[in-house]
Amino acid sequence: MLYLNKYLPTLSALAFLALWQGLAAYLNSNTLPMPEVVAKVFWQACVSGQLPYHLGVTLLRLVVSFAIAMLLGCAIGIVLGRNKKLDAFFDNWLVMFLNIPALVTIILCYVWFGLIESAAILAVVINKLPNVIVTIREGTRTLDQDLLEMARCYRFGKRKTLLHVIWPQLHPFVMGATRSGLALIWKIILVVELLGRSNGMGYQLHLFFQLFDVASILAYTIAFVGVIQLIELLVLKPLDKKALRWRR
Amino acid sequence: MTDIHINIRRKLYPTATTPSISNFKLSLQSNEFICLVGPSGCGKTTLLNIISGLDEDYDGDILVGEQHTHPKIGYIFQNPRLLPWRTVRENIELALDAAVDAAVIDELLELMQLTQAQHSYPERLSLGMSRRVAIIRAFAIDPEVLLMDEPFVSLDAPTARQVRELLLKLWQQRPHTVLFVTHDLREAIALADRLIFLSASPMQVVSEITVPIARDQRDNEAAIEAFRQQLLQHHPEIKQLL
Repeated sequence: MLYLNKYLPTLSALAFLALWQGLAAYLNSNTLPMPEVVAKVFWQACVSGQLPYHLGVTLLRLVVSFAIAMLLGCAIGIVLGRNKKLDAFFDNWLVMFLNIPALVTIILCYVWFGLIESAAILAVVINKLPNVIVTIREGTRTLDQDLLEMARCYRFGKRKTLLHVIWPQLHPFVMGATRSGLALIWKIILVVELLGRSNGMGYQLHLFFQLFDVASILAYTIAFVGVIQLIELLVLKPLDKKALRWRR
Repeated sequence: MTDIHINIRRKLYPTATTPSISNFKLSLQSNEFICLVGPSGCGKTTLLNIISGLDEDYDGDILVGEQHTHPKIGYIFQNPRLLPWRTVRENIELALDAAVDAAVIDELLELMQLTQAQHSYPERLSLGMSRRVAIIRAFAIDPEVLLMDEPFVSLDAPTARQVRELLLKLWQQRPHTVLFVTHDLREAIALADRLIFLSASPMQVVSEITVPIARDQRDNEAAIEAFRQQLLQHHPEIKQLL
């Protein structure tokens, strides 16, 4: 059984490829190219430098908007979670921003600030920020009051309390916001790029759509999913492991 | 070390109709070990929270010597309240100013028999061990008053006894003013210089009794039991407070 468990992920990937291959062979249509065709397109796009360039541009936007949204979101979330009056005042705002469709903020940002890079970043941040704030606010509300009292008694001060008492308790919430944030942000970025930028994955996908080039669309998608998996494996998992080393 | 004078005229919780403490006066002499004995819910924890500055909503004064200020507090809570994501040693270091010598921590760890466990995380410690870490943390900051709120209440009798003896050993080496809350009279007699018996709310001092048993006799259970019997006989009013 153990032997089988080890190979299950590989097996499931192979099964997926086989299913794709079978379906593509059966349909025999341009709208669903064979895996090997997609692989070829992927390789050509890599060699020509097109894919790395557009992927890089999109990733850069992702990193910048993600960092801004997380930093601001954590700060505001902690403040709202600790201060009932401010929370009551801003709660309506939060609900409103949570429910504005992504497309509306994107269009408004472009209309108000023009088709520029900062408008694109701002649109993504506005879409993500309320989610981070709500998650971190909930986390802050569940903080262990006993430990906070201990910190007050032993005169930890603001910096020590934040770093050693509050932050470790918020870790699961921050990781939750990070994971859902990455998934959400890159989907929004593609729309932002499609509507108002002349580079990036979204721009390219729009181009392929007009050319009806499904193989390229799939090749770009696979590249992006791969990158996100790498981030999970190389950044998030090790962070989790380090932060939770104290758990039994 | 200076004497500390506590005078709480009135402590009323916002939702309550009667005050939980009224006209409460207590003076702590330097390096004195005082046990507060009273029924549960009588306001002992409230008193400790006022002294520690955690509760500032009261009418009264805390004087350290002549000054109106909150004394530097080492608080040992009912639960050890260690940070689970920091090691034993880090938990102690965090309570200290950066200037404190590492040798002081080494010495305290040695005394409380925790040198081996200093790099463990609290979840891997036994109940007795985590109590000892809390004791070290409180002594390490060299406080003006040590507050202890029934710190051994969830321990089994042999472990409680062991930690109590270690506490006394540490206290005799590093004398501090201690305010120890308990409702276990034997424990109180084993530890205290002075016993303060408290009534239920509003909390007031019912009687104050000095424990005459010599410090080197405090592990003598017969002597403690004899004094307990004598106490109950001569002060029948305290029976209902236990």
